[in-house]
Amino acid sequence: MKSKLPALPYLIWMALFIVVPLGLVVYFAFTTADGQFTIANISQVGQYTGVLLRSIWLAAVATVLCLLIAYPLAFFLSRANYSIQRTLIMLVMLPMWMNFLLRTYAWMTLLETSGLINKLLGLIGLGPVQMINTPGAVVLGMVYNYLPFMILPLHSIMTKIENTTLEAAQDLGANWWQSFRRVVLPLSIPGIMTGVTMVFVPSISTFIISRMLGGGGNILIGDLIELQFIGSSYNPNLGSAISLVMMVIVLLCMSLFNQFDKSEREGIYG
Amino acid sequence: MLTKDYKSLIVEWYLIVQLSVRHSVCPLSRDAGLKTFCGVESKAVARKPGGELQKFRKGDVMLLENCIIKLKDLVVDYDDERVIDGLDLEIRDKEFVTLLGPSGCGKTTTLRVIGGFVEPSAGEVFFDGKDIKDLPPHKRQVNTVFQRYALFTHLNVYENVAFGLRIQKLSEDEIRQRVTEMLRIVNLSGYERRSIDQLSGGQQQRVAIARALVNQPRVLLLDEPLGALDLKLRKDMQIELKRIQKETEITFIYVTHDQEEALTMSDTVVVMNQGVIQQIGSPEDIYNEPKNAFVADFIGESNILPGIMKRDFLVEFGGHEFTCVDKGFAPNEQVDVVVRPEDVKIVPQIAGQLTGVVESIIFKGVHFEISIDAMGHRWIVHSTQSEEVGAVVGMSLTPDDIHIMKKMEE
Repeated sequence: MKSKLPALPYLIWMALFIVVPLGLVVYFAFTTADGQFTIANISQVGQYTGVLLRSIWLAAVATVLCLLIAYPLAFFLSRANYSIQRTLIMLVMLPMWMNFLLRTYAWMTLLETSGLINKLLGLIGLGPVQMINTPGAVVLGMVYNYLPFMILPLHSIMTKIENTTLEAAQDLGANWWQSFRRVVLPLSIPGIMTGVTMVFVPSISTFIISRMLGGGGNILIGDLIELQFIGSSYNPNLGSAISLVMMVIVLLCMSLFNQFDKSEREGIYG
Repeated sequence: MLTKDYKSLIVEWYLIVQLSVRHSVCPLSRDAGLKTFCGVESKAVARKPGGELQKFRKGDVMLLENCIIKLKDLVVDYDDERVIDGLDLEIRDKEFVTLLGPSGCGKTTTLRVIGGFVEPSAGEVFFDGKDIKDLPPHKRQVNTVFQRYALFTHLNVYENVAFGLRIQKLSEDEIRQRVTEMLRIVNLSGYERRSIDQLSGGQQQRVAIARALVNQPRVLLLDEPLGALDLKLRKDMQIELKRIQKETEITFIYVTHDQEEALTMSDTVVVMNQGVIQQIGSPEDIYNEPKNAFVADFIGESNILPGIMKRDFLVEFGGHEFTCVDKGFAPNEQVDVVVRPEDVKIVPQIAGQLTGVVESIIFKGVHFEISIDAMGHRWIVHSTQSEEVGAVVGMSLTPDDIHIMKKMEE
């Protein structure tokens, strides 16, 4: 039997920083400030259903947009020659080296009513258009910030699809669309899964983007949680309860998505 | 069954393949397959002295009956490099044609031009009399077995084979019937639900063949399909492929660098080098009557020596004059003399026309490969008798063993 010793540091790490905090969140979620058991926190989350739904909706829209933008890009990138691929992947990652806050601030100054875009619109006699503090601005922020997380896994899975596989599809009579639908798409599903997870999860829990670009009217579940811990309405028990509910929601969304993926594959297997 | 030499070994293997094929085909199609144009036509050409027909260039276009594919003045350039240089080729319907040559000779490129994956820089491509140069691959009536199979790893065996039929939107019943039949032909019945990565190399190979053949193409293109298989499996698959070709009566265009494979399976062999066709002929012709030193060297092993044609039927090489069967050269013309290793007879020193010292002996199973140094030229001789290293021996040649070739223009 192999020694399990090398795994020990990771086990300790996981216990200390994943299992214990998770336990604490669960503990806080089901207790009052005095440490009494209660389900009041959980039932209180119900009043924030609107915020929850908005979070899911905006994150879903941002994820779909990322997928639509990233997929063709990743595909053509994977067919390009190596040096072009390397340069473009570098460009994709470049914004990620810039501070996250700074990037989002930049969008604020662009989108403001007296911002750069509206000034330009003014020059041609349009606007000003209300762009900041709208759900659209929040989605834009999410797409801008998380797009690389969609492109990279898609690109890496697509480079594994060999040109001869596509040629084989063509050879068997498939036109462009048919080779895409029957070969490229099913082979890239693992990349789609990873990309969607990596965009959807941070999007649904973000609070910076919504606060900076969404104004007060578009608070998301992340903002709500933040408020309970360091905001004016200090209530870590409720905050824990909301976090827990959100975790369950994310898990549900992902398993639903997995289910869809499975049926998609079985559909192709026929 | 100890055979005397290498040539009879190849002939024997050829017979094994042909015989094993005979069991499963109707006699009519087999006869048609064997009486190919090359059997008759190019033999006549090959008997001409010298290498007048070394290259098939513009103007050499042969006119064939039931020609299914015709390439005319084909030129392909990759990044300023000429890969195919003015190639003319006609391929008969229902024939097993092999493009044979060393790597980089343009054989795969030729195949890809026919498949539609490479656009020629110049020249024409005809399919059944129609120009198909601008037709995309998915509209051509040809299917390809790719070098590394290129199977769809997300689909099981059944769905891989059914792929082309689903594109054609055939009924589920017909698809099931045709896929099942095709899997039977390639001996993969019962493997329908297996996933591709559960299959061995040989099985994957057969899926690739079934996937292409199930569409009933007029022409099947095979790009070194047996390259990744071990020797035993390769030999089995050679027989299998030949059988399938006879059974389906589909034109096979087969690309390989393995001369034995080419000689074993083909009705016609097209030898290529540096983007130019060197010789077209039946396996027997290519082997027995190579048109130039390149073909002689590439098809089996050869001793190639510089010689001088003294007059008709008399050639000098290795310090000795030999009677030969060739004529029509200029007096004292420089030529290449080609002698097959199995045609050299080792005799006692006094009985030989040439004498030499045995340098090394390698046991090759059926024969010994003996290297003999004669006046500075190293001869390769195949013999069933072993010799002593260092022994002085004689070598004897009959006029039929000596093949005279025009010097290759380089």
